[in-house]
Amino acid sequence: MSAVAFTVERWTPAARLTIAATVVLAVVAALAPLWLGPGAMDRLTILFVYVILAAMWNALAGYGGLVSVGQQVFFGLGAYFTIRLADAGIDPFVAMVAGAVIVGVIAVPLSFPMLQLRGGEFAIGMWVVAELAHLLVNLDPLIRGETGTSLIALNAYDAPMRRNLIYWLALVSVAGLLGGLFLLLRSRIGASIQAIRDSEEAAASLGVEVTRTKRLIFVLAAFGAALAGALWLATALTFQPKAYFSVQWTAYMIFMVLVGGIGTFEGAIIGAVIFFAIETWFGAAGVWYLVGLGAAALVFALLLPRGIWGSVERRTGLRLLPVGYRLVVGASPAAVRAAPLKETS
Amino acid sequence: MPADMPILAADGLHKRFGALVVLDGVSLAIARGEALGIVGPNGAGKTTLLSVLSGAQRADAGAIRFAGNDVTALAAPARCRRGLVRTHQIPQPFAGMTVFENAFVAAGQSGRPRGECYDRAVDALRLCGMLGIANRTADTLGLLDRKRLELARALATGPSLLLLDEIGGGLTDAEAGELVEVIRELLRRDISIVWIEHIVHVLLQVARRLICMDAGRIIADGEPKAVLANADVVAAYLGGVAA
Ligand SMILES: Nc1ncnc2c1ncn2[C@@H]1O[C@H](COP(=O)(O)OP(=O)(O)O)[C@@H](O)[C@H]1O
Ligand SMILES: [Mg+2]
Repeated sequence: MSAVAFTVERWTPAARLTIAATVVLAVVAALAPLWLGPGAMDRLTILFVYVILAAMWNALAGYGGLVSVGQQVFFGLGAYFTIRLADAGIDPFVAMVAGAVIVGVIAVPLSFPMLQLRGGEFAIGMWVVAELAHLLVNLDPLIRGETGTSLIALNAYDAPMRRNLIYWLALVSVAGLLGGLFLLLRSRIGASIQAIRDSEEAAASLGVEVTRTKRLIFVLAAFGAALAGALWLATALTFQPKAYFSVQWTAYMIFMVLVGGIGTFEGAIIGAVIFFAIETWFGAAGVWYLVGLGAAALVFALLLPRGIWGSVERRTGLRLLPVGYRLVVGASPAAVRAAPLKETS
Repeated sequence: MPADMPILAADGLHKRFGALVVLDGVSLAIARGEALGIVGPNGAGKTTLLSVLSGAQRADAGAIRFAGNDVTALAAPARCRRGLVRTHQIPQPFAGMTVFENAFVAAGQSGRPRGECYDRAVDALRLCGMLGIANRTADTLGLLDRKRLELARALATGPSLLLLDEIGGGLTDAEAGELVEVIRELLRRDISIVWIEHIVHVLLQVARRLICMDAGRIIADGEPKAVLANADVVAAYLGGVAA
């Protein structure tokens, strides 16, 4: 149709190398239980949970423009349904995945009212939903109010086996969610999602089914956060509603994404690793740890508003996990300008 | 569809915002391949008319047929996929995406194979003179390039009727000349055009028919020279501008 020779670049050598390195890393991580001690495995499981939380919030807010401060609702419900299903006699590992699926299904009807809300209304609305879900879960006698309960069904597995299975499930979850999200963002739907973020009105006028597309990313983010909640429950064993439905989880997600670079695929992962490192070294410092987190967020907001990866990307053009499109026009610029208008038949 | 059937027919469109009546019984038909110009003072309801025709806003009353089908109940995305597309008076680029990605989003909704969508996006950018900045992020564009991008994106959807809202404001004579060439090329491609523009001499280089709106009504419709000479038009619009 066009008279211009061109190619559309979607991969770069650096990106291919990154994907290859990621595959190698995943294989090494899968075999890691052969030599890692129990402490290191527990820590890695927690890192995987953080990466999931950051990537899902980034997908929702950074790509979809849906800034939510209530994502703890899905985190908490993921843990809650795991408890519920395990109590009904389902294997706890099956219950974790099934619990997350249930939350994903619940997110579909929830999206209808929530996606009517705009900007700050949506953000606060999600928080209200989280508080409501917290109250409802407390009504379940199984949970015994704020006393909480435990995932005792996990005791059916001996400790080393249990640790390995939780670790592997976390690894599969983070790999599956990141891989799926990467493919989704590289697809046309991914481009539509970003278009909606930038201008809903323009997107609709160009043929994008706005609400349907938002729903997809909303449900995906809900499922991911729920899986993270189920995994957290498996490592922590106890379920106290207050700890799971706390807004602190969303604060962590926002911290990770803003520090790493909102709206960049790499940024969320980097942010999660940084948060994990800070928590590992300073987590025991109590109040000072939280003060430090807040101060770090402030410093980043002032000095690096695009976050670490956003700044690197701006300065170097480097893209390790590219979801965008680069047009390379084959002919010389002069030839392009001189190209004749195509005649219609 | 018979050649003499209008590509778009609007019948008795009404639209009000609260107490303010913005469209007060607008009816018009646009022939296939026609270039229709719309003029009128600010606040006349021109932009609202495009919003209602494109489905961005619902009319309070009235019906819209496009390419022989009743599209009154269809939302904007569905109308766009049928070939009825508008641009925005205030450009609304996808600021975080590149110029090419902006056009690709538009082309990609057709559901056609990726390669065809790339072709369409590139063709639209070439026509609008944006190939050289295809990889720039849209938030770095100046106002003129944003307006060009509005047109390129709408074009990339593969429209059969384009509704253009003041894409020519602020252009130099040379730039306006280029824009006129682009519009003529679209007409050669059998794309029908509705073009709202204040710069009447530019508009008249392509429009064979002119409508003047005032206070939500069409006050004159016909051959451009006759419309511009119409006493009501002079009073409502041209006189207003001169004053
Ligand atoms: N969304 C809206 N809400 C309330 N009033 C509006 C809205 N959109 C337009 N108007 C009003 O409707 C009138 C017509 O606006 P518009 O269609 O933009 O006119 P034009 O494009 O001819 O300048 C103006 O008085 C404007 O203030
Ligand atoms: Mg207007």
